[in-house]
Amino acid sequence: MTIVGKTNQSARFRRSRWLMTLLLGLYFVYTFVPIWYVITSSTKTNPDLFTSFGLWFASDFHLWQNLYDLFTIQHGIFRIWLWNTFYYSLVSGLGAAVFATMAGYAFAKYEFFGKKFVFALVLGAVMIPQTALVIPIFLLLSKVGLLNTPFAVILPQLVFPFGVFLMRAYIDEAISDEIIDAGRVDGAGEFHIFSNLGFRLLMPGITTVFILAFVASWNNYFLPLVVLNSTEHFPVTVGLAQWYASAVSGSGGALLFTVVMAGALVSILPVIIAFLIMQRFWQGGLSAGGVKA
Amino acid sequence: MTDIAIAARPRRARVIINKKIAPYIFLLPFLLLFAIFLIVPLAYALNLSVYRSALVGGLRFVWFDNYKRAFTDANFWSGVWTLFKFGILQIPVMLILSLIFALILDSGVAYARAFFRISFFIPYAVPAVIATLLWGYMYGPAYGPFAQLAGVLHLAKPDFFNDSSIIPAIANIATWEYMGYNMIIYFAALQAIPMDLEEASVMDGASAFTFAFRIKLPMIVPTIIVTIIFSIIGSLQLFTEPYLLINLARNTINSHFTPNLYAYTLAFIGQQYNYAAAISFVLGGVVAIVSYVFMLAANRRVSE
Repeated sequence: MTIVGKTNQSARFRRSRWLMTLLLGLYFVYTFVPIWYVITSSTKTNPDLFTSFGLWFASDFHLWQNLYDLFTIQHGIFRIWLWNTFYYSLVSGLGAAVFATMAGYAFAKYEFFGKKFVFALVLGAVMIPQTALVIPIFLLLSKVGLLNTPFAVILPQLVFPFGVFLMRAYIDEAISDEIIDAGRVDGAGEFHIFSNLGFRLLMPGITTVFILAFVASWNNYFLPLVVLNSTEHFPVTVGLAQWYASAVSGSGGALLFTVVMAGALVSILPVIIAFLIMQRFWQGGLSAGGVKA
Repeated sequence: MTDIAIAARPRRARVIINKKIAPYIFLLPFLLLFAIFLIVPLAYALNLSVYRSALVGGLRFVWFDNYKRAFTDANFWSGVWTLFKFGILQIPVMLILSLIFALILDSGVAYARAFFRISFFIPYAVPAVIATLLWGYMYGPAYGPFAQLAGVLHLAKPDFFNDSSIIPAIANIATWEYMGYNMIIYFAALQAIPMDLEEASVMDGASAFTFAFRIKLPMIVPTIIVTIIFSIIGSLQLFTEPYLLINLARNTINSHFTPNLYAYTLAFIGQQYNYAAAISFVLGGVVAIVSYVFMLAANRRVSE
């Protein structure tokens, strides 16, 4: 990669380099416009949102008032939504990562009866349309009285087949059979070997699966939309979508437009910042998935 | 430290799990949840789909009547047709962009590569709900920046919500969300190709991008096939974006715009759980067939 740049510094090469950078720059503008739009819109008053230019600030800087409204409207329900999203994502992310790691370890390091079949079953699960699962889950949860509780969102999300697939690939590569055999020679039990490997060798993989499961849960909309109906259990996605629908249809009052924008800003910034900080992990995870596939 | 711990207490009674049962124990928690939240619901839905609830007489076993109905239901197939139009537009545009950017980033023929790589991925961190909401605002005819720009330039205001523009409008949102995700996967696959090949080609005088295009691209074909299959599966499940845009595009997005939207409406507005279950199984069948046919075609190409 760098070899090319160092050995070939002709004018033609430099020109094509600027050209390619320009191409990337254009796409960057496209990527950034919606994010820029939410930033400028959250700083406006509702009338300014309609009259001032969408991609620039209005003369009246109204961000603090919008944030104040966002966190106080409907008795501060937005704070509860943020907390719910965080709590659902954290619990399902942790659970999904632990269970996927154990399952991935079994697939990577053991031969057992039915291995191929079970793994094919897990992979096939990716193809199932959401509605095919969510409709019966809704009916079953209502039978056991778990509908409209945090469990209804968290429990189904503990199943993260893609994480099993990733962990199998990761463990195949990161943990040699020799280490495990050495443990066996020392007389350690199978579970003992696994838990001792845990923090040193499995951690990067676990972290990656955790981040992916966390984000999947953070972004989830369909499942919570169906299984929850009281606003105090909503995650941000369902709550904001409801505000948005009422703002668009005009039934929620004009105030809501800028509040929805502020809500969108507040709910995407932490994830974007977390992504920037933890890029090593998610990039590693996606690479494993892509290369091994 | 762990070695000492193992050596120092050799005689302590400890349950040593047999190598034969160990994998089952490791799999148990995952498979238990997998059974409860995947297998059981699927079986339950399958069972639902062969019944029909009537106003008089309650539930009645009707064999494959719901499936027969689905196969001749114009609402369902118009949804599948929408998905087809959406997929045939969105998947190639998105994946070709992902591939071009991955090749540029990998071959080093651009400045600020790390910056672009990370920023293109950022939309993936934005929930689909919020991405739709942002683009929905921007598409707005009254205050959206596109309408405003058109007004300043005295052009006709663009309409993103009519019959011919709604699919591109949704395709644009999906591309914005997932281009970077696929780009990162391609980038990683390209980076995993050993370096000595590259050095050899530099000595031959091949330019970096041509090299990437001619030699590296064919080497990541398996990765490309996987991303296409995942994109097909994702597209066929389209729900969130049209569901949220309904309020803005009342004339174009109806309750059966996509099969998932149709199943949702049937189940949770019409309380027709049985028919909705049949619809989602037919959709699952469509997903499986399309993915399988594509995989067959791709394998034939590769082996030729």
